[in-house]
Amino acid sequence: MTLIDGALQGTSSDSFLEVRDLLVHFPTEDGLVHAVDRVSFSLEPGKTIAIVGESGSGKSVTAQALMGLITRRTATVEGQVFFEGHDIVSMDDEELRRLRGKKMAMIFQDPLSSLHPFYSIARQLVEAVRVHQKVSKSEARDQAIAMLHKVGIPSPERRIDDYPHQLSGGMRQRVMIAMALINSPDLLIADEPTTALDVTVQAQILELLTSLQEEFQTAIILITHDLGVVAEVADDVLVMYGGRAVEYGPVDEVFHSPEMPYTLGLLASVPRIDRELGERLDPIPGNPPSLITLPKGCVFFPRCTYSHEVDGQTCATVRPELESTSAGHLVRCHLPADVRRANAVAKLALIAASHTKSGDAPS
Amino acid sequence: MTQLNEASPVQDDAVLRVTDLRTWFPVKSRGLLRRKIGDVKAVDGISLSVAPGETLGLVGESGCGKSTAGRTMLKLIDPTSGSVELNGRDITHLSRKEMVPLRREAQMIFQDPYNSLNPRHTVGTIIGTPFRVQGVDPAGGVKAAVQQLMERVGLNPEHYNRYPNEFSGGQRQRIGVARAIALQPKLIVCDEPVSALDVSIQAQVVNLLADLQDEFGMSYILVAHDLSVVRHISDRVAVMYLGHIMELAPRSDLYERPLHPYTHALLSSVPVPEPGAAAKRERILLQGDLPSPINPPSGCVFNTRCWKVQEQCRVDVPLLREYQPGHFLACHFPEEKLHIGETIVGPQAPLVDNDYSLQSPEERAEEAARARRGEAWERDEPGDFGLGSKIQ
Amino acid sequence: MAVYLFKRLIRVVVLLLLISLVVFMLFSVLPTDPARLTCGKACTPAIIEANRHRLGLDMPYIQQYWLFVRGLFVGRTYFAESPSPIECGAPCLGYSFKRGEEVSTLIKENFPPTFWLAIGAFILWMVIGVFTGIYAALRRSKWQDKAVSGIALVGYALPTFFVGLVFLFFIVLKWGLLPYPSYVSPFVNLTQFLQTMILPWITLAIVSAAFYVRLTRTQMLETLGSDFIRTARAKGVKERVVLMRHALRAGLTPIVTAAGLDLAGLLGGAIITEAVFTLPGLGSLAISSVNDADLPVVVGITLVAAFFIVMANLIVDLLYPVIDPRVRLT
Repeated sequence: MTLIDGALQGTSSDSFLEVRDLLVHFPTEDGLVHAVDRVSFSLEPGKTIAIVGESGSGKSVTAQALMGLITRRTATVEGQVFFEGHDIVSMDDEELRRLRGKKMAMIFQDPLSSLHPFYSIARQLVEAVRVHQKVSKSEARDQAIAMLHKVGIPSPERRIDDYPHQLSGGMRQRVMIAMALINSPDLLIADEPTTALDVTVQAQILELLTSLQEEFQTAIILITHDLGVVAEVADDVLVMYGGRAVEYGPVDEVFHSPEMPYTLGLLASVPRIDRELGERLDPIPGNPPSLITLPKGCVFFPRCTYSHEVDGQTCATVRPELESTSAGHLVRCHLPADVRRANAVAKLALIAASHTKSGDAPS
Repeated sequence: MTQLNEASPVQDDAVLRVTDLRTWFPVKSRGLLRRKIGDVKAVDGISLSVAPGETLGLVGESGCGKSTAGRTMLKLIDPTSGSVELNGRDITHLSRKEMVPLRREAQMIFQDPYNSLNPRHTVGTIIGTPFRVQGVDPAGGVKAAVQQLMERVGLNPEHYNRYPNEFSGGQRQRIGVARAIALQPKLIVCDEPVSALDVSIQAQVVNLLADLQDEFGMSYILVAHDLSVVRHISDRVAVMYLGHIMELAPRSDLYERPLHPYTHALLSSVPVPEPGAAAKRERILLQGDLPSPINPPSGCVFNTRCWKVQEQCRVDVPLLREYQPGHFLACHFPEEKLHIGETIVGPQAPLVDNDYSLQSPEERAEEAARARRGEAWERDEPGDFGLGSKIQ
Repeated sequence: MAVYLFKRLIRVVVLLLLISLVVFMLFSVLPTDPARLTCGKACTPAIIEANRHRLGLDMPYIQQYWLFVRGLFVGRTYFAESPSPIECGAPCLGYSFKRGEEVSTLIKENFPPTFWLAIGAFILWMVIGVFTGIYAALRRSKWQDKAVSGIALVGYALPTFFVGLVFLFFIVLKWGLLPYPSYVSPFVNLTQFLQTMILPWITLAIVSAAFYVRLTRTQMLETLGSDFIRTARAKGVKERVVLMRHALRAGLTPIVTAAGLDLAGLLGGAIITEAVFTLPGLGSLAISSVNDADLPVVVGITLVAAFFIVMANLIVDLLYPVIDPRVRLT
């Protein structure tokens, strides 16, 4: 990952993907929804970044904004998204359309509702090919069969004429992946690709994604709420909360020395299959904030158990900025660096003490 | 092979005893006659028992019948055969009406806090329903009792007159929990109680369930697909596959020394939030689709996807037997060791035509619910069980 | 499929018979005596009774009905005892003594205006309705959407006779932009045909398009929010194609259902529109035969109208699996 902060503002970028201060606001009847609030990150070719967050954290909207799927008719989109040197935010609809499905592709959480229920798989794959390539229908069909084979669908020449409802959930997600990768895009955005799937199928799909990534050298943005999935496949991780990026860095670092109390809370609250059992889980109290009435200062402040360690009303009133930690990743928190680290060490030690299985201690 | 013992997984002094339970949904032909052409064997001969104060986890993937099993045990669905005993009383053939007084002893918590509460009733009404249905008059009146319950589950009692849509997902699940514990039942079947909730909220509800059990000593049957959550709160765990129990064991035995190949595959598939941990774990990839529950494979139902499959597995149905004390297993070739660091790939099971019209309503609902977390199918019909006659 | 079709066709026949029976029974309880209507002012009870017998009206109703049903399948002969019997071949819808014609002949003569009226209006309102509906959906919550929805509501609320009369009054009578409607076959005089039909078409279209605007808008809004639309866009499909091939197609089922039934309903006669524009169609025939208590004609028209509706139902049902592969006919 490259370190980004305000000073790095420019009009172009050499990076493969660089998101700068992305902001998405939706006007609704109930008020302005601050879905994504100045999120920045970057991604190198062939790498995987995971965007982690709960519902309402803005992770899915971020993904859709990157695909140019959020129209300016319904939302305010600001900031810059440089993809292979071009700013997606300032592109017109036709430029974006040419990019989508060709250079960048997307798969979604629910493969059944994401495939058109009335068209055969063949028709949907052929369409994906012919939108971007000038080939005949039968040529496109051959490409589609080859791709279905690649994503592990047995006897694809027979299966290709099936309709989505005739396939199992795992097979449908394979079809979605085939459709996304059929034009060899450089970037794949996977929005909760395994959430609707069973755990053994999830393992297959993750395996498939990583092996295809190796073959096609596709960069992946993985949107998920599952920390286990992140640890398994991502290089970098961006933790989102209340529309903001609250912690960002290499997976190893963020998981082993988290500094944002929210990240810490998440890691501490999930039951884990690889650890000894503690008596109780250590949940984050309270509920996620509404994106319409966000807290004024730090978005996590109302649920934060450490804010008393910061003087006065700072957490409640002053918006913290992303700053670099001693370990080198970024965190958005008012706590002094040494306090953050001490908290993390204490909490992780607590988990370790009650959870750790012998010989499998966290580093 | 170790000597097999003929002990039964059904204990005597149990809150709930389930023997050879089957729940089949008939499949009709499409022709003129609409003959019955088969059955979706959602639950196909399971036996288990739940001891007082115990939590039994029922895990498996969608379509394994765990949800149907949980509902059949409480007679929300009529069993096809087998028997269910609640507190020593055979309830297998009781009518809905006869079941009503027994609902005091057994309650249910549903997955979906958004749809399992009647949106037109206030929280007070919803939580107070069991009192009214059962004709129970708590000391101090229903309202006081309900407010006490609300307080106990972490809701503000002043929100007595609010409607479900004014609460967050986690709070709605607390409402469901309060309703279930109102009459201090001996048994609560929790059907995916946290899977629709956000990660940071799941832990709150898991803790609540654990605390309530400490306080009231009821038994839980926890139907869930999340193996980590099941491990965290279960005393014993049953692993289901295609309507059968493949393995039933005390929690630590099952998670640390699983004997069934399917359990291995399942456990190895759970991603852990520990970068680099994958290399230190088993890695077993199953392939192909779950076989159709209308035409399950002969012999062991797992044989189409099992990497250890032998001829015997295609012929003989392995029975659930006590393999080690308290550790029941239905497998001809149990796993003797873990496969740390190895990668095992299962055989390519044939693809199954996922025929929508052949799925049981249960399965379709399960699939739909899994597909979009938080939007499922239950409807609260107060009067019977906080749930009406929706399964028909 | 063949079995399904067979089953459905049997049901069609049974349904039509039931409808005819109901119409028969309704007439049996009417205070009007059809025999009395057969002779003019200088009538004697003897003549009435003679006519009654000659027309077979003295038979029990159930027997009359049986003769009618028999005629449908094997034909029947009227006035068999008289020197000039009238042969009515199967399927015999009956014979109008009042008009001295076979009912099927009357229906055949009066069908073309109704047919042209229905087809023209149908095409017009479908095109207007569906495209306006799509437009409104795309401009959701914008002023264009609100304007369209408002106009549609007004159109929906306007009674047909009012719209028709307003057109007739201003365009024909007051401003003389079109000649007074006088129906002629399009194969005889196309210009006059079009001049006659344009106002009835527009009248019917205005009233019906409103419904399709609203239906299409609702359907489009629902499907445009679907996940598969997002997928189509993510594939880089052109927005026009997304709208027409992905969104509209997915929302088509209720539109096709409504359209089929509406068209069929019109084919049985647009009574008010035909009356306003004096078109000699089935609707006009129906009104005059009801006034004359001309039972055979009324039963005949009812049967034909019911036949269209039942057949439209069947065709719509057969179309479902074509539209949605998840549907299977059982």
